[in-house]
Amino acid sequence: MEIGAVKKVGAQLLLGAALLALAAPAHAIPAFARKYGLPCSACHEAWPMLNNFGQTFKDNGYQLGNDRDSPIYQQPGYWPIMFRVTPTWHRESNDRAAVDMVPGNAGSGLVQSTVTQSGFDVGGIDVVTAGTLSKNISFFVQPYFSNSGAGLSQAWARFDNLFKSHWLNVKFGRFELDEPISQERTLWLNNTGFFYYNYFFTPPGDNNFFTGLGNIQLGVEVSGHTPDDHTRYSVAVVNNSNGATGLQASQAYDVYANFNQSFDIPGVGLQRLGVYTFVGESPTYYQTSGGNPIPGTGQGDKGFYRVGAYGQWYVKKFDFQTFYEHGHDNVFLGNALPSNQPTLLPPGAIGPSWNGGFVEAHYNYNPRFILMGKYELVEMAKQANPAIKGNLGDLDTWSIGYRYYPIMNPRAGLAWVQEYSRIINQGVPTLSGKAGINDSYLMGFDFDF
Amino acid sequence: MRIKIGLAGSAAFFVLLSSLVAFGQETRVGNLVGNAEHGKFLYQRYCIFCHGQFGDGTGESAPYLDPKPRDFTKGVYKCRSTPSGSLPLDSDLFDTIGRGMHASGMPAWRPLVRQDRVDLVAYVKSFSPRFKDEKPDPAVTIPPETPDTPDSIKRGADLFQSNNCWSCHGKDGRGNGPSASTLTDSKGYPIVPFDFTSGREFKCGDTNREMFRDLMTGLDGTPMPSFTDSMKPDQMWDVVHFIRTLSSKKHLMAADQTPPSAPAPAAPAQ
Repeated sequence: MEIGAVKKVGAQLLLGAALLALAAPAHAIPAFARKYGLPCSACHEAWPMLNNFGQTFKDNGYQLGNDRDSPIYQQPGYWPIMFRVTPTWHRESNDRAAVDMVPGNAGSGLVQSTVTQSGFDVGGIDVVTAGTLSKNISFFVQPYFSNSGAGLSQAWARFDNLFKSHWLNVKFGRFELDEPISQERTLWLNNTGFFYYNYFFTPPGDNNFFTGLGNIQLGVEVSGHTPDDHTRYSVAVVNNSNGATGLQASQAYDVYANFNQSFDIPGVGLQRLGVYTFVGESPTYYQTSGGNPIPGTGQGDKGFYRVGAYGQWYVKKFDFQTFYEHGHDNVFLGNALPSNQPTLLPPGAIGPSWNGGFVEAHYNYNPRFILMGKYELVEMAKQANPAIKGNLGDLDTWSIGYRYYPIMNPRAGLAWVQEYSRIINQGVPTLSGKAGINDSYLMGFDFDF
Repeated sequence: MRIKIGLAGSAAFFVLLSSLVAFGQETRVGNLVGNAEHGKFLYQRYCIFCHGQFGDGTGESAPYLDPKPRDFTKGVYKCRSTPSGSLPLDSDLFDTIGRGMHASGMPAWRPLVRQDRVDLVAYVKSFSPRFKDEKPDPAVTIPPETPDTPDSIKRGADLFQSNNCWSCHGKDGRGNGPSASTLTDSKGYPIVPFDFTSGREFKCGDTNREMFRDLMTGLDGTPMPSFTDSMKPDQMWDVVHFIRTLSSKKHLMAADQTPPSAPAPAAPAQ
């Protein structure tokens, strides 16, 4: 065995020893698990990804329907707060980066090379406080702290079971859309595999202010479901601002709608099928003062839409998530031109459209160990400008990994994670003209307490 | 010849043993048959932290819970359709998982599909040897409900007194009877009689039929006995009707039905 390999095994043994040492003291307390005395696995297939029981709990406004729901039944020491920290070691590789031929000499000319970076890191700290203010009034506030600063991810209040009906719940604030498969609850942590790219895709050169379902949005959502959550719907009206506060973008509103139905196949499990659409308009120019855009005065709104279908398939310990999206932007958005100057459009210009999707598979060996794999692609169907190469913007990405949860109790959760991802992106220019390739490897801990 | 008899005897013994094992283990609710192996997987995901790895009610969360999680190894269950002392039917356990246990940490697991709940029943039964050795008695028969009349309520109030329900549940049904502070369950943990005025749902279901059933079967493992021997079915319905009047919701409903001729409260002085 080579010395390098011995060192690698030794390092992994040390990590394992550290894992065992950390497994004993678990003093911190996840908010909901502590409130109800339930383990993480009750609501999460593997946290943070929800199972049907957890989805039902969420859809019921963080209520189980028993007398522990109301805050007045909680002990005074109960504090509905949760922290999440992810200390990791990761390696990022850009396989076709343009670098100076002579480092430090900008005049030496560019060559294509592989650039790698690696080291220990902490992605940031998530803080979540959430729960019920009283029966049928719930809330969620999620500030974050990272190396690049602090901010507010989500902040909303929800009125549940209006008119004593599961079919009418209203949420106000800044929230994650009822996405087919939640971006906020992704199991992936590495830089390349973290995103569902379809949720954030816009063609190269497109200036649609809306950049995807995956963004936290600002608005109001009406939702409902059957008591067992097998039939669900949600309709949200949101600012065309990607969730940015302060009325700083356009004056348009977008609409998102999601409907899904699950059905039980005896002996196999619960299956869920759904359809969704996001329809909106985005400004193509602004009122100006001295030629400078005045914020919040977007005009010349032009339309766009995303539409698709998805499924969540459970076969005993296996589950698969399948997602399809078709996207289309108006020709002015696609060419990043103001709609009051149509003569600027290049000959043959059309609204760009594309198709994409992903398949994500999980194998739950047991509630403490899950294997994960994901493949995703986006392919342009029509470019906004016929002069653009047909596959510009196409991307393929795949990821594999696992999560092991040595601690998973009502007070704390800890996962040991290893992941590897690769993305081949035709939208990234390289010197050779080939697609950009990025690889990510990550291992580390995901603390939740 | 001896060999043939030996083989035949072994085969018969094996068949008999298999049938006994199958009798002890098979779990069936409607047309669904439980799979204990899959139930174990589900148990580890949903139940183990309260009920414990061995089903003895000593999971990691147990010290923080009141009432304590059920000890499955005893094979004693509160919510049953079978007579006092009997094992529950598979459907009783299935219903309990789906309904949850009100006023306890046990949530309603209805989001789990029916097959999963049956699988859980199959696995939960495997913790107690009683399910291998005994067969549950048939479910008690619940007669049609008698009319809920003022007379029935009056008779129920008298029966509530004469059957000493008040000694635990209190004269007003507030769960504060003279014996209340001394009660323990079968494992010696303190137990609080139900406060009928709270308006909270009953542990084993909130319909009149379920209340009647509780009076017939008692809640095994608790001091709540079966009243089958001390009350006739009509009398049990009277008690059910009386208990219904104790809940605060009923009081509110009664207040709503105050005749409009009742004098309005005087306006406050300006």
